[in-house]
Amino acid sequence: MSEDMPKKNPLSLQIDLKKFEPATEEEKKQQDVMSKSTTFFRDSMKKLFRNPLAVFSIIVLVLILLVIIFAPMIVPYGYSEMLKFNGTKDKTAMNLAPFTYSVNEQKYMAEHGVKLFPHIFGTDELSRDYFIRVVYGTRVSLAVGFFASLIVLVIGVLYGSISGYCGGRVDLIMMRIVDVIYSLPDMLVIILLSVVLKELLDGSTGIIAKLGTNMVSIFIVFGMLYWVGMARLVRGQILSVKENEYVLAAKSIGTKSSRIVRRHILPNCLSVIIITTALQIPSAIFTESFLSFIGLGVAAPMPSLGSLANNARQGMQSYPYKLMFPALTICLIVLALNLLGDGLRDALDPKLRK
Amino acid sequence: MSEEKMLVDVRELKQYFPVRTGWGKVLPLKAVDGVSFTIRHGETLGLVGESGCGKTTVGRTLLRLYKPTGGEFYFDGELVTEKNMPSLRKQMQMVFQDPYSSLNPRMTVEDIIGEPLDVHHLYSNKAERREKILSLMETVGLNAEHATRYAHEFSGGQRQRIGIARALAVNPKFIVCDEPVSALDVSIQAQVVNMFEELQEKLGVAYLFIAHDLLVVRHISHRIAVMYLGRMVELADADEIYDHPMHPYSKSLLSSVPIPDPRIARERRRIVLSGDIPSPLNAPSGCPFRTRCPYGQDDCAECMPELKEVESGHFVACHHMEDAARMKEGVQLR
Repeated sequence: MSEDMPKKNPLSLQIDLKKFEPATEEEKKQQDVMSKSTTFFRDSMKKLFRNPLAVFSIIVLVLILLVIIFAPMIVPYGYSEMLKFNGTKDKTAMNLAPFTYSVNEQKYMAEHGVKLFPHIFGTDELSRDYFIRVVYGTRVSLAVGFFASLIVLVIGVLYGSISGYCGGRVDLIMMRIVDVIYSLPDMLVIILLSVVLKELLDGSTGIIAKLGTNMVSIFIVFGMLYWVGMARLVRGQILSVKENEYVLAAKSIGTKSSRIVRRHILPNCLSVIIITTALQIPSAIFTESFLSFIGLGVAAPMPSLGSLANNARQGMQSYPYKLMFPALTICLIVLALNLLGDGLRDALDPKLRK
Repeated sequence: MSEEKMLVDVRELKQYFPVRTGWGKVLPLKAVDGVSFTIRHGETLGLVGESGCGKTTVGRTLLRLYKPTGGEFYFDGELVTEKNMPSLRKQMQMVFQDPYSSLNPRMTVEDIIGEPLDVHHLYSNKAERREKILSLMETVGLNAEHATRYAHEFSGGQRQRIGIARALAVNPKFIVCDEPVSALDVSIQAQVVNMFEELQEKLGVAYLFIAHDLLVVRHISHRIAVMYLGRMVELADADEIYDHPMHPYSKSLLSSVPIPDPRIARERRRIVLSGDIPSPLNAPSGCPFRTRCPYGQDDCAECMPELKEVESGHFVACHHMEDAARMKEGVQLR
């Protein structure tokens, strides 16, 4: 104890300073120990996996993905292949119920004593295996949803960030263009485009011919019309993020505008962008299914969930399961993606929760 | 002012912001209206004034975060223009007020401090970059193990140290400190202010120290400038301005400083100004302070008072200094 301690008045209620001991070096060090460093991303992933609905959606989506990737390798039927018996079309295999065999197939199995691969979802009116058609339809729908969202993401983020960062007159003009695009009736544009594209793309080969002009026009329409929502969102977010002092600090350092946007502004808008993209996929799948349903989707014989549902309409009363399977698949995918999007939103940006 | 070479020489700096009022009408908001001052090498100029008087704008305009409306700024004898600013940024830096919003939450401390090095290409390889960052962190009293952490994991004082390390990264000659301690609590304020002083001794940087805490400013500044409504009203050595404030506004400002001695505080007379600070959109004619000045007379409205050297190194902008001088007795601080 040092001598320069103030003297204690015996009547005083003051704490006796002699009772205190100086901290040792080790104890001082303990003060500096900080909790384990976690990044924002790791933290939000932890939150996401604590959300049962989000975990459930992830499981569902992973299962669907596994099925659509591996089922065509296992199932011995093709999506456009009519069932054949002895080299000719098996006429008894039309409109089979799930897990049943046609008369010819039953004969074949009885003769050879082998088991044929079951028709899990039955067959359609052209005696094609329905399960594999639903699998391919899901592939098409998911791919359309994914790529359409990607187009929306790229165009929307680029446009929105330029508009938001530049501000002023540039922002004004760019946003008025967005308003104009927003007011175009999308269905009309899709129908017009598919007519025009049919002329332009006729005779082309490769992937475009396989998908059909309607599909290409869907992508073009997404690229032309649907990015406006994303662009508005990104712009709004950037307008608020760029007011932060760290952006000013970067400017005072002499950082170039493009680097400021890339390093400082976009990473802080990322959560909003991820959430919007996750929610954009189901909406794109919905649009694609709807367009296929009204006959503007993929070209036959390529199936998509919407066109399958449309075809099933004709025999709805006799074969209701043919409508059920694609409809249920759409529901499952859209529901899972929406729940995942909600989960991501809660995990990444708790402020957005209503 | 002597003929020695000044590091910072600001002449008639003007910064107007256009404000839209209704249909197509644009009025200039005169945030800074003709401010001149100089700062020597390794000197600290304190800049005080109430909220909205343009202190922060002065600092930001010097660093060209805003495009100045008028005036000249010579840095180390060189006229600063749009063209040579990118290279001059290596010599002037800024420390910001809010340690919570001035650090990017998505970047590690290492990247925050390393950004000026990246931008100005001040290293040849990764190892050199890391070495420089670690030595900067040591300079401001941070541990090497903090380098991989994110800004949100630190306390206010530590964050401000990160901000200071970032400013020091390019080895500047001049740092604008924009209320660097206002957001910190008092015990941390002392640490940070002392660090600013130590860094000045060690590195010889000059500061423009913007603050509204008058005691902190007095502690760190060599000279102090008082601003009111975009104009400089008084500029003098730190002790001189505290002991003999001349402008009525400075007097009232300084009389508001609490004195930690009840006996002196009881005897002291506080000069309480009436009215609010006028809108800089609609500033009074002539002397901007005349509407609240206890000595305001009719001729104050006629013309703007010039910043005149009343005593050696003591500049005041007032038409009626003699009248104001009579106030002296009542407001002496310590």
